[in-house]
Amino acid sequence: MSKERLKTGFDFTWKDMEVGNIVKEAGSAALRKTGDWRTQRPTIDKQRCNKCGLCWLHCPDAAIKPLDDEYYEADLFYCKGCGICAKVCPKDAITMEEEET
Amino acid sequence: MSKRVGLEGSHAVAEAVRMADVDVIAAYPITPQTHIPERLAEMVADGELNAAYVPVESEHSALSACLGAAAVGARTFTATAGQGLELMHEVVYLASSMRYPVVMAVCNRALSAPLSVWGDHSDAMAVRDTGWIQVFCQNNQEAFDMTLWAFRVGEGPTVLLPVMVHLDGFHLSHVTEPVILPEQEDVERFLPRFRYPLPLHPDRPTTHGAFGPPEIYSEAKVAQEVATRKSKAVIMQGFQEFGDTFGRYYRPVELYRTDKAGTLLLTMGSFSETAKIAIDRKRKRGEPVGLISLRLWRPFPFEELREAVKDADVLIVFDRCISFGGPGGPVCSEVRSALYNAKKRPTVVGLIGGLGGRDMSVEDFEYVIDRGREMAAGGAEELYDVVGVRGPAAGIRG
Repeated sequence: MSKERLKTGFDFTWKDMEVGNIVKEAGSAALRKTGDWRTQRPTIDKQRCNKCGLCWLHCPDAAIKPLDDEYYEADLFYCKGCGICAKVCPKDAITMEEEET
Repeated sequence: MSKRVGLEGSHAVAEAVRMADVDVIAAYPITPQTHIPERLAEMVADGELNAAYVPVESEHSALSACLGAAAVGARTFTATAGQGLELMHEVVYLASSMRYPVVMAVCNRALSAPLSVWGDHSDAMAVRDTGWIQVFCQNNQEAFDMTLWAFRVGEGPTVLLPVMVHLDGFHLSHVTEPVILPEQEDVERFLPRFRYPLPLHPDRPTTHGAFGPPEIYSEAKVAQEVATRKSKAVIMQGFQEFGDTFGRYYRPVELYRTDKAGTLLLTMGSFSETAKIAIDRKRKRGEPVGLISLRLWRPFPFEELREAVKDADVLIVFDRCISFGGPGGPVCSEVRSALYNAKKRPTVVGLIGGLGGRDMSVEDFEYVIDRGREMAAGGAEELYDVVGVRGPAAGIRG
């Protein structure tokens, strides 16, 4: 599902609501940007990373993506900046940086 | 041929549910509703009704089970009373906002404390704003008729709302009266098979009950409110077609001897029949009084009410519930509010009685009319009076 097709609640008037607010499209929660209230973003230092995958395993929002080169990166569309990945990283390869306002 | 049989109100409801050929029944027994699920469980066990009877552990679960069944497109029924309706409360809101046309009979019962299994309208008034279509019954025939009608209206493709059928605990639920049962083929003509537009199905995945963040909640609620008010057209059509099929025509606001009546009494439910005798007695003595009975409680019948009272000087509203510290009985305050901006309206006064199973005799209703007129003549300074309560005047004023 492409993120360009993203529709938010603001696109609906009361007349557009399905009966009982039923959502007809399966998996539409994937289209909802949940990473828009992050105050810090994780940055991963490939020099330190040993590809152990603990960040990917512990992320409560499945916002750590495995890459083709076996490293990882944060999907900022979903990442809420909780910092768990940085905390569990045994190599201190992840640092939380302030989001600019 | 239809047949006329003696049935208590509970069994009249059960017969209607059987003839409606429901798919799922989930209910928890509570006085005075017990005979409804008891009779339905018996029908299912004896093979008289091909339905799933879900014996749940609470009223909260009873209605939840009905919602689950309705979500896959089943015709569903439950029944409760008093405390049971209170325990069910949060799910009552879900049924209407998720637009599942569950039908529920409520054998109206007082709320604790002190513990009372007897009847009044406190339970009904506590679910006043839950978004269900709600009707009140005056007798057991109506309990049968309104239950059948409820499926037809709630399942209407443009409606899809749950319907609550209120019948007075004990005064109807446990009293045997003659009830005309129709032919099954007429019921099937009146009540086509239920087709839910977007049922849960593995082949066509949909999400029911998704969360609504602030940017969509208002839109969802306005859509629900508009649907509730628009259901009125289907309600009226349902009354008409019910009459055309079975010969008994109902109206949102029932009128009794209201011609040239300067004073009108307004009641709901089975006490309306007692009040009619009081009206007869007063008419015989030459007093110009009439009775209005609200059948349809939600959506509120504004238009019919205004039309019914437009020529009256005094409107006495009889409530069977107290709104503690509030603006009088719930029915009275709604009626007063509905009429407030009308160009010509009667003086509205409230009386409360029949609480927790206290009987109201014909003489009591004659007193209600006399007392109501006295309150109106005195400038309606009192907010309301309670009929037949022992002790000095409580002097309840706004």
